[in-house]
Amino acid sequence: METAIKRQSAQAKERTHLWQAMLQNKWMYVLALPGILYFILFKFVPLWGLLIAFKEYNPFKGLWGSEWIGFTNFTDLFSDPVFYLMLRNTFAINIFGIVFMFPLPILLALMLNEIRHEVFKRINQSIVYLPHFLSWVVVASMTFFMLSTDVGLINKLISAMGFETVSFLSNPNYFWGLLTAQSMWKEVGWGTIIFLAAMAGVDPQQYEAAVIDGASRMKQIWHVTLPAIRPTIIILLILRLGHMADVGFEQILLMNNPLVTSVSQVFDTYAYTVGILGGKISVGVTVGMFKGVVGLVLVVLSNYVVKKLGQEGIY
Amino acid sequence: MSYVATKKLTLFDYINYSLLAIISIACVFPFIYVFSVSFTDPEVYVPLQFYLFPEKWSLSAYKYILSTNSFVNALKSTVFVTGVGTLISIVISFAFAYVLTKKHVPGRNLMLGGVVFTLVFNAGILPNYLLMKEMNLLNSYWSLILSGLTNAWSLIVIKGFLDSLPPELEDAARIDGCSDIGVFWRIVIPLSMPAIAAFILFFAVSYWNTYFNALIYLSDAKKWTLQVLVKSLVIDSDSNGVGASGGSDDRVLPQETIRMASIVLAMVPILIVYPFLQKHFAKGVMLGSVKG
Repeated sequence: METAIKRQSAQAKERTHLWQAMLQNKWMYVLALPGILYFILFKFVPLWGLLIAFKEYNPFKGLWGSEWIGFTNFTDLFSDPVFYLMLRNTFAINIFGIVFMFPLPILLALMLNEIRHEVFKRINQSIVYLPHFLSWVVVASMTFFMLSTDVGLINKLISAMGFETVSFLSNPNYFWGLLTAQSMWKEVGWGTIIFLAAMAGVDPQQYEAAVIDGASRMKQIWHVTLPAIRPTIIILLILRLGHMADVGFEQILLMNNPLVTSVSQVFDTYAYTVGILGGKISVGVTVGMFKGVVGLVLVVLSNYVVKKLGQEGIY
Repeated sequence: MSYVATKKLTLFDYINYSLLAIISIACVFPFIYVFSVSFTDPEVYVPLQFYLFPEKWSLSAYKYILSTNSFVNALKSTVFVTGVGTLISIVISFAFAYVLTKKHVPGRNLMLGGVVFTLVFNAGILPNYLLMKEMNLLNSYWSLILSGLTNAWSLIVIKGFLDSLPPELEDAARIDGCSDIGVFWRIVIPLSMPAIAAFILFFAVSYWNTYFNALIYLSDAKKWTLQVLVKSLVIDSDSNGVGASGGSDDRVLPQETIRMASIVLAMVPILIVYPFLQKHFAKGVMLGSVKG
């Protein structure tokens, strides 16, 4: 009895203490309030919309009035051949990205790092960073003027050399390569920043020692520079693997055309075309939720691995 | 690189310099082509010809495109979204991130947890779209402003920056009787100017470049922003798409020059701020990679 009273009074004291601490920080809450409201309204309220994945959504009845149908939307999705197509495309586009795209910023950073002429280095950096800041619309437009069969400069060159024009933009066989090439043009330069920073941290004495040992430039890169940036490479690769569910969706939407849908359809484009353009809200929400959950698992997993390696993860 | 004593260029250097030069040319080549065609006089324009500089300079493509209502409206609305959006983004992000640095504020861990959660999971396209619809924000520029207002990554990076500020100044101001808001306004904001500059650029570029949100939230073609309009001018229209609406110019302008001019106008603000961008963004990326 006595202990219960004591506990109660302790709880009450804690409560008044908490209340006082909150009162003391009232202006802090005022500062945070717009941000808190924003996150609640625009990041957490939409989570309720995920319930639609378990309902037969009827716009007239709304979210709460629509009927529950359990996992039917998911079983429908998993039995639809287009689901496996999207899975394959997402996987393939990411594999292209990792195999062909991931090593390039490392290579370019190594090349830039070997430049002794500071001005030449800075000019090069300014140029290769630039495409990163352009919108995908501008990049897609430029691609169009480079590669299309009627107004593409490169096709003009090809036909001038006596070959037949290549339909880079509408041939499904080229689509994944096209996306990868575009991403390369836009992002490889920007991707060097993090590696260049890691290389800047290498102790110059290591190079001096290597030179005394008679190491050539290539040997210096191989035995000094690369080992120094190895942790950075490994972490970025693991984090990149954590984003296997994501694809550059604005990019795909812009490069899409009816001839390539079999290789371009991914979860987000499907959610957009079926859910928003086609009005099948439930299907769109279900696809989005599936992608979100898979993405969540992958990101958490990769972050866990990075932390296990003794590094700071993304959160 | 001072560690190399010899200044003589080796074969290695020649190959490296040449490769980098080729890479840089590949990066700027599309820019040069688009620029030079957009400034080429229609009289001397030859389709599919590459010139480093226009043979004869002319602003007619720009004059034409800036005389069309659709383009001017898109430009105005994009400037509005970028300007208003960036301003609100900065205020909300810095104020919120500042509170997130204060471990003693009750509920701070919950707030930080909530923010980090949105970094790894989001509801997806449809729920966000439905929310905008419920709030009657479809076809309103506020849908674009609100959807990009702030995000977990920005908050975490800003928080990392604010964490690195010396606490002594804040303490001194508190002793002098400053309230939390006073400290934030008079001490934290002035000290955060480098980060604020970086994030003004960051938010402005992302608002300016927004394409997908504008595509789904603004179905009314009269409300289109620049990126959506340029996409439809360049990629969707066939060869007689652009000029069909009729312009002020009597001459028939080649479609390519007009399209290229619209691309240039869609990226010009970015090219203007690029020197600042490069400096601050590189810093931001580093900050993000250390802390984020």
